[in-house]
Amino acid sequence: MVEELITSGRLTPEVDPILHIWGWEIPLYLFLGGFAAGILFFSALFTLQNKENRYPMAVKILPFAVPVLLAIGLGALFLDLSHKFYFWQLYTNIRWESPMSWGAWTLLLVTPLSIVWAASWLEEAFPKFDLRYNWLKEILSDLKPYRKHMAWALIILAVILGMYTGILLSAFNARPFWNSAIMGPLFLTSGLSTAAASVTLLTRNQEERSDFTKIDLLLIAIELFFIIHMFMGFLASTQVHVQAAELFLGGKFTVPFWVWVVGIGLTIPAILEILELRKHHVPIFVSAVLVIAGSVMLRFIVVEAGQASRWLY
Amino acid sequence: MRYAMAIDTKRCVGCSDCVVACQTENKVPIGFCRDWIVETTTGTYPQLQMEIRSERCNHCTDAPCVRACPTKASHYGAGGIVTVDHEECIGCKACIASCPYDARYVHPEGYVDKCTFCIHRVEQGEHPACVAVCPTHAMTFGDMDDRMSDIFKLVSRRKWKTLIPEAGTRPNIYYLI
Repeated sequence: MVEELITSGRLTPEVDPILHIWGWEIPLYLFLGGFAAGILFFSALFTLQNKENRYPMAVKILPFAVPVLLAIGLGALFLDLSHKFYFWQLYTNIRWESPMSWGAWTLLLVTPLSIVWAASWLEEAFPKFDLRYNWLKEILSDLKPYRKHMAWALIILAVILGMYTGILLSAFNARPFWNSAIMGPLFLTSGLSTAAASVTLLTRNQEERSDFTKIDLLLIAIELFFIIHMFMGFLASTQVHVQAAELFLGGKFTVPFWVWVVGIGLTIPAILEILELRKHHVPIFVSAVLVIAGSVMLRFIVVEAGQASRWLY
Repeated sequence: MRYAMAIDTKRCVGCSDCVVACQTENKVPIGFCRDWIVETTTGTYPQLQMEIRSERCNHCTDAPCVRACPTKASHYGAGGIVTVDHEECIGCKACIASCPYDARYVHPEGYVDKCTFCIHRVEQGEHPACVAVCPTHAMTFGDMDDRMSDIFKLVSRRKWKTLIPEAGTRPNIYYLI
């Protein structure tokens, strides 16, 4: 057997011995961005289908969380930058080849639009809330006729927001574990599933809860399919991709990923949701909380594992 | 014009003079480096082969860092060299993640930094600092598009390899083997 021993004189901080440029800020943002995208997607979709009274939590109330989620996420992104006060350079350039650039522009559009969107539901979502100023009330009622237009824009922006984070990682061919085209659809599905689970957690409407449980179940099934498909892709690819997959098939991410993400974050909540739909008495918050926690874990593990996977030469 | 470097692995003794010269010339902060030495030992005892390489940014013709940069801070400069405009860099570190050679680092001042082929010296008609100091003359710098240049002749005559060509980056550092 031929072996190669490499000794490098380089010990650059954040690069050696393995890359660790991105800490908690990036995975936290990936989770919050995906979550926000999921909420906006369902809210816009069911507005277009005129189901706002059937799904009050998903359409009218949860969108109020989106600006908060995005603000925290953007704060985390800002904290991650090492040359912070040049951040505005993102908005003096459009770089089509860089997913980070179109992500930045998407956020610039989606953040204000999500505030306007939530505001347009204020009266229906919180009827007891007194706005005090009449001119504000007038502005809000002027927004209502434009809801369908906003919903179309939001559906497109939500899909881009939910997917670009995964595409951003998959575009790094230097990090074999990220370098899978499944990453974008996987993150989108995970974000939608988180949003669906949070609807089942918060709604008091029985019909909405059971419909979103079914939606979530379908999304979990798609996620499991993507995960299996992703590993099949790695194992059928080059040596570095096989090595990246091995981090999860016996390597140091095996237990965190298969137990926490696939087991506790996807399989167990799926079983609980099936039991619930069959009218067994299952505490509803358990499956929802597990789905949300699994989604957080997925982002943290993927960001960590991508940095641990590399080309060896 | 396409600036490139040929590094002769048969001449390199791994003395690290190039590393020190670079750190001095470019005021690289302590604990960081723009170039570094790699030693590889291949085979099974007693059939062992050793190779010593002075490594740095490969100034790729298809640079993933330029693609990943959201602000055009990482860009192709004169002669195809890959450089970072400090005033445009926001420190998002996407370029560091995108580099299969791990040639970049975050400068303590916040921007991302790497080898520039000492373009400030090259513009004055001098060699890059690492090339200038190499005691075994293992390094040759020049224009690969000029058929009369030393580097073109050397690379045409000798066997060579580039690092991870399968990453699709089309590196401009040739290791003579």
